[in-house]
Amino acid sequence: MKLRLDDVSVTFQLPGGSHQALSPVSLAVPEGRFISLIGPSGCGKSTLFNVIAGLQPPTTGQVRLDGEDITGAIGRVGYMLQKDLLLPWRTVLDNVVLGMEIQGWPAKESRARARPYLHRYGLGGFEDRFPATLSGGMRQRAALLRTLLIDSDVILLDEPFGALDAQTRARMQEWLLQLWADFGKTVVFVTHDIDEAIFLSDTIHVMATRPGRIIETIDVPLSRPRPASISTTSGFTALKQHCIELLHQDQPLEDAA
Amino acid sequence: MSGQSTSADDFIEVPKPKAQAARPRRPRRLPKEVLWSLPKLILIQAGLFASLVAAWEIAARTRLLDPFFWSQPSAIASMLVVFFSEGTAWLDITTTFRETILGFVLGTSLGAALGLSLWWSRNWARALQPYIICFESIPKLALAPLIILIFGIGLASKVAIAAALTMVVSTITTYSGVRAVDRDGERLFYSLGASRWQVFRKFVIPSCLPWIISILRVNIGLALTGAVVGEFIAAEHGLGRTIFYAGQTYEIALVWVAVIVLASLSIAMYVAVSALEKVLVRGVTHS
Repeated sequence: MKLRLDDVSVTFQLPGGSHQALSPVSLAVPEGRFISLIGPSGCGKSTLFNVIAGLQPPTTGQVRLDGEDITGAIGRVGYMLQKDLLLPWRTVLDNVVLGMEIQGWPAKESRARARPYLHRYGLGGFEDRFPATLSGGMRQRAALLRTLLIDSDVILLDEPFGALDAQTRARMQEWLLQLWADFGKTVVFVTHDIDEAIFLSDTIHVMATRPGRIIETIDVPLSRPRPASISTTSGFTALKQHCIELLHQDQPLEDAA
Repeated sequence: MSGQSTSADDFIEVPKPKAQAARPRRPRRLPKEVLWSLPKLILIQAGLFASLVAAWEIAARTRLLDPFFWSQPSAIASMLVVFFSEGTAWLDITTTFRETILGFVLGTSLGAALGLSLWWSRNWARALQPYIICFESIPKLALAPLIILIFGIGLASKVAIAAALTMVVSTITTYSGVRAVDRDGERLFYSLGASRWQVFRKFVIPSCLPWIISILRVNIGLALTGAVVGEFIAAEHGLGRTIFYAGQTYEIALVWVAVIVLASLSIAMYVAVSALEKVLVRGVTHS
């Protein structure tokens, strides 16, 4: 297994008592797979990501990468947050090399390595522009390249396309699949969009709230490459219906509580 | 007018309230103001200045204003020539200028450094907060006589007063910038494996730069005030010293001359700092 979580749970101590954000979650991600976590807001998706990225110490459990315990270690997996967080005072190229720069690459080498990728992935000619002049989709591409270009085999994507309009979003999804095929990285993707999860993933983990937990793991048997029209096939809609039912099951519980 | 309103009323038969019907309505339009052309504007501004100066001169000559206390434009003009040709003009200007610039640079950079350093420990930031507020609420100029005693009557004391005035503003503004630093941006850096020093150098400092730049224009004025007040108390040269000295010896024309030169210096420095600010903002934010 590339990435493995063993009974990871997170409990926050609050003034009024403790709050279990995440009940023990176990997860195994094979190398090179694309897996998604879907669930309503408050199901602990982002908390789980923070634990994997080393930004949030888990209350119990361990995170393993290639068998090595990386619990609480930062800089071992690529992590892309919801916002693109491009630094406005850096050019696109200098934003993309940020991860490599932090990890100690010499500036010349990291730039030389990044340039061909910018060309290949639709940012050619924009290297020396500043982020403020880019469209939302381009900013997101730059942020994703920044995440991909650090030397880690696992990348975590936290609703990266959540803020984009539907058309840009569809294009970005196809673009992401192309990147994933090229780089061969292991991807963990968080979204609350069921269509997006099915279209992109090999495996979907459906989560529920109070406490945050995984209620079901679903394999997506659709073959690749997947055309955009796949969302109208019966296999796709059956999976979608199943996911909707699972997510709705969780809603009444929430309302009762 | 009435013809128009009746023709409309013929179609929609609504009984009119009596009070409203009795009051004739004047048609209203949007107020319109046509802007003067630039030459016209400049001409009018110059005219205002000329009539003010003329009124002053006439009032002084007709003894409406006592020229002993008020002086008069003609005397000021001839004093201006004397001040620059035979007087200490250049020495005074360079002295005040040097004090101001040194105090400005010292106070702004020390304050910014202190404000930025508070990022490193939220505990220390909280511990120091009352002292910063306390130092802010003291009128720093009240400390000027003390600073003169400590640093002497030369350059150092004026620089110290100007720095004290500007430093507190810088500290507080920079610390506001530190508190506004995007937490998600910090998380991004840490997720990439950054050290605290890397986050500070590559993220916190650039994030705070717009805040620091925004202080510059305020601080150049404060620094000049500090330098001039220092010169009032004790100095050998400087525009503040000239104003004070001339006032004590009832050379009112010289007071005005020094004030005019001081105002020009102030405007020149303000314009220069504004231009610097524009360049820096463009270089830093790129938006």
